Amino acid sequence: MAYLQIDHVDKTFRRGAVETSVLKDITLIIEKGEYVSIIGHSGCGKSTLLNIVAGLTPATVGGVILQNREVNSPGPDRAVVFQNHSLLPWLTVYDNVRIGVDKVFGRTKTRTERNAWTMHNLELVQMTHARDKRPGEISGGMKQRVGIARALAMEPKVLLLDEPFGALDALTRAHLQDSVMALHQKLNNTVMMITHDVDEAVLLSDRIVMMTNGPSAQIGEILDVTLPRPRKRLEVATSPAYLKARQRVLEFLYERHAYIESAA
Amino acid sequence: MTMTVLKTEPASVLPPAAAAKVLPLPKPERAFFKTSVLPKLKGFATSVVPPAVVICLLLAVWEILCRKAGATLPPPSRVNADTRELIFDPFFDRGGLDKGLFWHLSASLQRVALGYAIAAVCGVALGTLVGQSMWAMRGLDPIFQVLRTVPPLAWLPLALAAFRQGHPSAIFVIFITSIWPIIINTAVGIRNIPQDYRNVSAVLRLNPIEFFYKIMVPSAAPYIFTGLRIGIGLSWLAIVAAEMLIGGVGIGFFIWDAWNSSHISEIILALIYVGIIGFLLDRIVATLANIVTRGTAYN
Repeated sequence: MAYLQIDHVDKTFRRGAVETSVLKDITLIIEKGEYVSIIGHSGCGKSTLLNIVAGLTPATVGGVILQNREVNSPGPDRAVVFQNHSLLPWLTVYDNVRIGVDKVFGRTKTRTERNAWTMHNLELVQMTHARDKRPGEISGGMKQRVGIARALAMEPKVLLLDEPFGALDALTRAHLQDSVMALHQKLNNTVMMITHDVDEAVLLSDRIVMMTNGPSAQIGEILDVTLPRPRKRLEVATSPAYLKARQRVLEFLYERHAYIESAA
Repeated sequence: MTMTVLKTEPASVLPPAAAAKVLPLPKPERAFFKTSVLPKLKGFATSVVPPAVVICLLLAVWEILCRKAGATLPPPSRVNADTRELIFDPFFDRGGLDKGLFWHLSASLQRVALGYAIAAVCGVALGTLVGQSMWAMRGLDPIFQVLRTVPPLAWLPLALAAFRQGHPSAIFVIFITSIWPIIINTAVGIRNIPQDYRNVSAVLRLNPIEFFYKIMVPSAAPYIFTGLRIGIGLSWLAIVAAEMLIGGVGIGFFIWDAWNSSHISEIILALIYVGIIGFLLDRIVATLANIVTRGTAYN
């Protein structure tokens, strides 16, 4: 039985009389504990797809089924890590995580338990040292860590990552990718990640979903990444399986579905 | 501290080597003076001296201009002599309207406090409604835009007709004067809540009340306080004019009464008080804004 199922999803945006079809007939099944990346050129609607799964954008046709139940509104069972971290600047790091913990576990956990759970999640992303700082006082990578902690703390059934490392410099990005890999290894959560970085997709994913260019973007190809886990950035980089997977994605993106500026 | 003492010792105090035994005492004092008293004095001097100089110059010009025979306004020396009693005994109360300035000012402040408080609550509530709901904005915004241009005093006759009493009418004028900037700024603040914060609250499934307290108010706080600050200034502007017309105890009436009995010096004194209190009210709201919105400023 499928864990998360995106079932024949179409999305059209309408502005006045003009209709733009963004996604066309997207069907994707994600198993429990799987790490799936969605990759595609900008404007192909991959963020729209994530927003549909998150419930932030309604699908025009089709739907999303999570554990045999249709989901069509946002909720903490599909926690999102946003590209621009989206921390609330007037709350401390701790309170940014705690607000989610209080909302999700307000009835089931005591105050002490919620405090411990908040701290536990900050520990997972190694941010306990900054618990009393405000988002404006920490670096971009740290903000993203807190964003991840906030999402993890909700104990989501699916973790949705919307280009989580896109706004970070290369070194910080690599560091954070390693952290996310370690977390996935440890917690075995189901992850759906939007990215436009080929190496990131290959390194982190069990499967890579490649999207064709919009309008009316579709799933072009799905690639299984068979690299054994745990993966080490340096060891993996030279392994034939890694290079082959990387080559496949690159060919898809730059040969068969090269980005045409005017189409977007 | 000790480091600086050690360092300054040879340089500054060594030369008078003959008086070796007296050395220990003046040293720490001087270091203390240099490290903590002097900078404070400097800060004080840079913020107080320029305005003090300008005030002295202005007073001198005023004195020269109004000393001449036939001057219509009293010079500062006359003002000082005439209003000595009012300055040094603001608390007298001889019954009726013959009260010290403290009582007049406090009566005005009470009216402002009440009218402004009602305006703040209603203004934030209406602003939230207009900012949040497209239909409320379409329906109410044109009305607000027209009504906010009505001068405060134009409301007074209507208020008197409705309330039949001076006191509530004055409060109403304060209310109606200060509510518009609060409504408009709150609405802009609510409309400008970033979509990201709305997404976060959607994922967290915050209910409307939680959304209001946890996202809306802190996010719009800088805008709301801009409105509140403009509002307090306007209400203090309006109270003087309103009180001139309605009479009773109050700084506006005090000025009008002084004019009717040709006590020009008292008018000048009252104006100074009105200015200082208006300035303080603005500072209070600004300080409150700084405390509440600390954190929202940077991100």
